[in-house]
Amino acid sequence: MLGFIGLIFLLWEGVKVIGGDPWRIGDTVIWMPPFDFPMASDINLPHVWSIAFALAEPWRRSADTSLFLFLVGKALYTWREASIGFGLGAFIGIALAAAFVHSQLLERAFVPYVVASQTIPIVALAPIIIFFVGNDILAVVVVATYLTFFPVTIAMLRGLRSPDPRAMELMRSYAADKRTIFWKLRMPASVPYLFTALKIAATASIVGAIVGEGPGGIQEGLGRAILDFNQTYITGPEKLWAAILVTALLGILFYLLVRMAELWWLRDRAPDVLT
Amino acid sequence: MTSASSPTPSVVDISGVTKTFDVPGHGTMTALEGINLTIGRGEFVSLIGPSGCGKSTLLRLIGDLTDPTAGTVAVNGKPAPQARVDRDYGIVFQAPVLFDWRNVEENVRLPLELARIDKAAREARVTEMLELVELTDFRRHHPYQLSGGMQQRVSIARALSFEPALLLMDEPFGALDEMTRERMNSEVLGIWAQTGITVVFVTHSIPEAVFLSSRVAVMSPRPGRISRLVNIDLPRPRTVETRESRRYFELVTEVREALRGHEGGGEGITGGEAGLDDAALERMAAEGGIG
Repeated sequence: MLGFIGLIFLLWEGVKVIGGDPWRIGDTVIWMPPFDFPMASDINLPHVWSIAFALAEPWRRSADTSLFLFLVGKALYTWREASIGFGLGAFIGIALAAAFVHSQLLERAFVPYVVASQTIPIVALAPIIIFFVGNDILAVVVVATYLTFFPVTIAMLRGLRSPDPRAMELMRSYAADKRTIFWKLRMPASVPYLFTALKIAATASIVGAIVGEGPGGIQEGLGRAILDFNQTYITGPEKLWAAILVTALLGILFYLLVRMAELWWLRDRAPDVLT
Repeated sequence: MTSASSPTPSVVDISGVTKTFDVPGHGTMTALEGINLTIGRGEFVSLIGPSGCGKSTLLRLIGDLTDPTAGTVAVNGKPAPQARVDRDYGIVFQAPVLFDWRNVEENVRLPLELARIDKAAREARVTEMLELVELTDFRRHHPYQLSGGMQQRVSIARALSFEPALLLMDEPFGALDEMTRERMNSEVLGIWAQTGITVVFVTHSIPEAVFLSSRVAVMSPRPGRISRLVNIDLPRPRTVETRESRRYFELVTEVREALRGHEGGGEGITGGEAGLDDAALERMAAEGGIG
């Protein structure tokens, strides 16, 4: 992980060494790159430390919070939207899979629509959802839910079907009814599949929330911050990069949270289930 | 879970049973034909035969995991489906089929939970069962932490936990090495003697069938039939010495010759394997039986 971050850093600054703007300390030029790549200019690709300094400075002139704390506040707001959508999406996904596993008719009738729903680009769908739901945090939650329920439905359907036919026969030999088989066998057997989907859904729900914030007119989240800093890019490119960095961190942290829940939940299972 | 209520002369009563499968590309296949078998209380009966002779299908018919095409199967004097609903039998498969999210004692407890046995009685039964299979020290272990033989002992404890009148075992030691298998054979005999349970045991192994059984049903393939019933009159308790006795060898030879008898008829053991094996038949039976 640290090695990977180091590698990104080296590539980033390496490009700037070869083809960026002149490197300066104060007004003194300390390095003159031999080439001139437009994409490596200080505007297009600020120095890593410029971004780091920008995070420590006030997020705008005369503000008393640093850019970092400002972005963390936005990130927490976005995370709240995303996690509500994540929870709703997971619930809907599990419920749909439970319905499909018990009814071939429902599965045949609805699974094609579940799949088709995901072929519509979220950027196209978000404004329509907002049109229907209103300029409200609810609209953002719906977008996050929309991106979450699909991987959960598909993975749960597989998970609920994963028990060995012998295990199903064993339950039959105990005269277990469908409800008992569902709770005592299908559900526990599907948990590893569920977590695989939840890890995907964690990052997807954040993407959904950020995409939904723009057209949804939500001011308090990262989506707005990204749009704003994009508009003022010329005067402060580091700020947009900093916002992207915090967004990435939010996605990674949400993923890690789900991963930790997975490790805890599956702590008693064979180690190969957890890889 | 005993059947003292009805006057039952036998635990298993199979009469005129035929089982056919529709196999895509093969037409209709007769897995079992004209099976008659009565198993008395406390008997230990092995079903032995080459692959494709339908011995596992026969076991599954007894457990109502598949339906006969013709004929009747009674368990404890009741039709097999009723006996299954009454939880009159426990079953052990070749694979232990333990739930990996449950530890050893939770696995053994599973059928007791489903039967809604109250908690105190449940815990007492679990403790008793773990003692029976000598896994008391491993009650909090999880399946992946146990050897194959230990996993199969958990599976046996689970099958016996609710005190069924009948134990069905489908090649339970087929996946174990020879040493473990012989030890497990002795353990099963100990449990059988201790509990007085009736056992139907499917196996590929002639020595195993002879060592364990009071009777061995030798089956022939295509269509599956019981070609011979061999009475095993070895004294009990059976020990390591039993395996070295003259009578034991005579009986092993007798069963072997009964099995070989089909080879002369043109439809030999290997001929029977040319088509579908037991596992394929069972899968079809599973698809036909459940749902």
